[in-house]
Amino acid sequence: MSEYKKGGGMIRGIPHDTIESNLPILAVFVAILVAVGGIVEIVPAFYLEDAEPKVEGVRPLTPLELEGFAIFRREGCFLCHAQMIRPFRDEKERYGHFSLAAESQFDHNYAWGSKRTGPDLARVGGKYTDDWHIQHLRYPRSVVPESVMPNFFFLEEHPLDTSRTKRRMEVLASMNVPYSADDIANYEADIKAQAGVDDGEGEDALRARYERKTWEIDGVVTTWSDSFEPTPLDVRAFDGDASDVTEMDALIAYLQQLGTHIHFEEGVDYYHDKFGHAYRE
Amino acid sequence: MSSIAEKDEYNYDIVKFCVITGIMMGVVGTAVGTWIASELAFPFLNFDTAEISFGRLRPVHTNTVIFGFGGFLLYGAGFYMVQHATHARVAFEKIAWTAVFLWLFSVFAFWITLPMGMTQSKEYHEPEWWIDIMMATSWTCMTISYLGTIARRKMSHIYVGLWFFMTMLFMVTYIFVFNGMCIPVDFTFSYSAYAGIHDAMTQWWWGHNAVGFFLTAGFIGVMYYFVPKHANRPIYSYRLSVLHFWSLTFLYVWVGAHHLHYTAIPDWTLSLGAGMSIALIFPSWGGMINGMMTMSGAWDKIRTDPIMRFMVVALAFYGMSTFEGPLMGTKSVNALSHYTDWTVGHVHSGALGWNAMISIGAMYHMITRMWNTEMWSAKLVNIHFWVHLTGAIFYITAMWGSGVLQGLMWRAFDEYGNLVYTFADSVAAMHPFYALRATGGFLVFCGFCIMLFNTLKTVSAVKAGTNVTLTAEAQA
Repeated sequence: MSEYKKGGGMIRGIPHDTIESNLPILAVFVAILVAVGGIVEIVPAFYLEDAEPKVEGVRPLTPLELEGFAIFRREGCFLCHAQMIRPFRDEKERYGHFSLAAESQFDHNYAWGSKRTGPDLARVGGKYTDDWHIQHLRYPRSVVPESVMPNFFFLEEHPLDTSRTKRRMEVLASMNVPYSADDIANYEADIKAQAGVDDGEGEDALRARYERKTWEIDGVVTTWSDSFEPTPLDVRAFDGDASDVTEMDALIAYLQQLGTHIHFEEGVDYYHDKFGHAYRE
Repeated sequence: MSSIAEKDEYNYDIVKFCVITGIMMGVVGTAVGTWIASELAFPFLNFDTAEISFGRLRPVHTNTVIFGFGGFLLYGAGFYMVQHATHARVAFEKIAWTAVFLWLFSVFAFWITLPMGMTQSKEYHEPEWWIDIMMATSWTCMTISYLGTIARRKMSHIYVGLWFFMTMLFMVTYIFVFNGMCIPVDFTFSYSAYAGIHDAMTQWWWGHNAVGFFLTAGFIGVMYYFVPKHANRPIYSYRLSVLHFWSLTFLYVWVGAHHLHYTAIPDWTLSLGAGMSIALIFPSWGGMINGMMTMSGAWDKIRTDPIMRFMVVALAFYGMSTFEGPLMGTKSVNALSHYTDWTVGHVHSGALGWNAMISIGAMYHMITRMWNTEMWSAKLVNIHFWVHLTGAIFYITAMWGSGVLQGLMWRAFDEYGNLVYTFADSVAAMHPFYALRATGGFLVFCGFCIMLFNTLKTVSAVKAGTNVTLTAEAQA
């Protein structure tokens, strides 16, 4: 490789010759240089409070919704359905208020997606009835003829596997998702209660656990204001069948709560006023 | 060049294994790609089977082409060029082979687990945590063997192609490890160590630098060795390569944030990402110009030599997609292009145009040199070139059309201030483009089949002794 070296050596006073003939020096320079950008862009957000402004209403998923999120992930839904509404007029018209950072603060893993082959789901909760979701998940083209979504009728044939739910909640709790020991211990009763298969027996206990106003996150106890009423949980047989809990129940329970936690105040400009210029330009 | 120092006997076995495996991965990866592209055009092709439905099969395609095809090309071409550019035999050969087999087993593992629905749900990082560990171990073995080989070099200077490879080895280690941080629930599931905005930023730090370092720095390293070698010309400018190297190494890292424009990420981060994205055109084009100008005095070769043509057209596509990239990295263009097929088109102009074509060129070059033979059929190499190029152009133009159309339909308001189109209208409008895209993908797949056939015929001709050996000039 003698040719390329012609004219080499010093470049504007930098002895490049030394760097390129010394493996440890070259290696260390490269290893340091490639680390800079990531450190500057990623690390500060963990420490800057205004990176994730606090908003009342965001709660962790219930055990049933959490299993629904796992099915959402298993089937690769996020590859075609984003969950991140941008602050544009057309997106507001089509999907609703733009997404806030706090809304995905408990999302391990984040589910913003990168592609909208299908519509954004960030605020799909409550937009359609359970019946619509059941029919649409079974055979999408039977309700939306233009759709290219695969059929997911098998979801209602599969009983929900709850063998991992406890471990899932423990793992998330270890990463500051505010599940209490009580929440984790009662996961099974809560799943049954929310899917409406226990004749309403556990509903009050479930609501007490997930419609609460006091949360302990990272050792800090936060209590929402008295005037704030948490969004009521959806408690019913989501798949229309109260005899058992299926994957269809879990997925629809997950979809029906998406984007419903925060109560956006009329007339408040979350873009400029609520969080100030640090949040958005 | 052989006058500089005595050469060791090179280990070609490991290169041959990687190159042949890489071509097979190309066939499999593009076959799956064609299939999922067809599913979007004709959804009945999901056949009501969860294991082959779009959501589960799409990561099989992306991981097979990036880590299967791209990975084996980088391992193969990496071991080839590090030996040639140092005149030393691969260091720690057992470690090198461990790297190759762990990588192969990782690919086999995700071929099984991804259709089963075991995914980390982070794009281009979908295989679950234990496959991550296998891949990271393989990568570490590769790094050890690679640096060991450079340390054994028979000349004082380290060739520029190897700098780019080192950058890739280090940066991919960082991003793969940090983005892969998770807590396992069991062997089938894990939760990312980060949530919300932090997970998103870490993911796109990984996502864009998998492009920036795995698919750019690594392949630029390949370009820096194989283009001058095949054209039999020195690299155009040493100074440009130094500038290009350090600026690319520093700048690429910052631009991942442009995948998150107008999301809930702090604005300063996004502006920084946008600014750096624009600046990135300079190192990118520095590399493109350095490669292109290397052809000075050898341009006649693209008329007669289809392998050269693969490499030159790859550089042209690299120049084009690194112009498009900064454009899409700006906020105003991204507002339209994000979430649309334009992104998919951009990725494939890089992947099919740049990565695949420089790889194919380098693979043909290595096959002829390692077996000391002409290809079994030069005509088939030429046909491969035209089939691949046509397929790539079909694919890219279809996605440009559908992407811009989608973006415009979504934001169209009528004179009363209402949205003109429902989302379903935009899905229906995509159909012809999706069909054209699948056709393009199918042509690329056909190209890889032709390549595999030609390669197997070449190798068996060498074994039978019926091949035509290279001229002395080509062997130099």
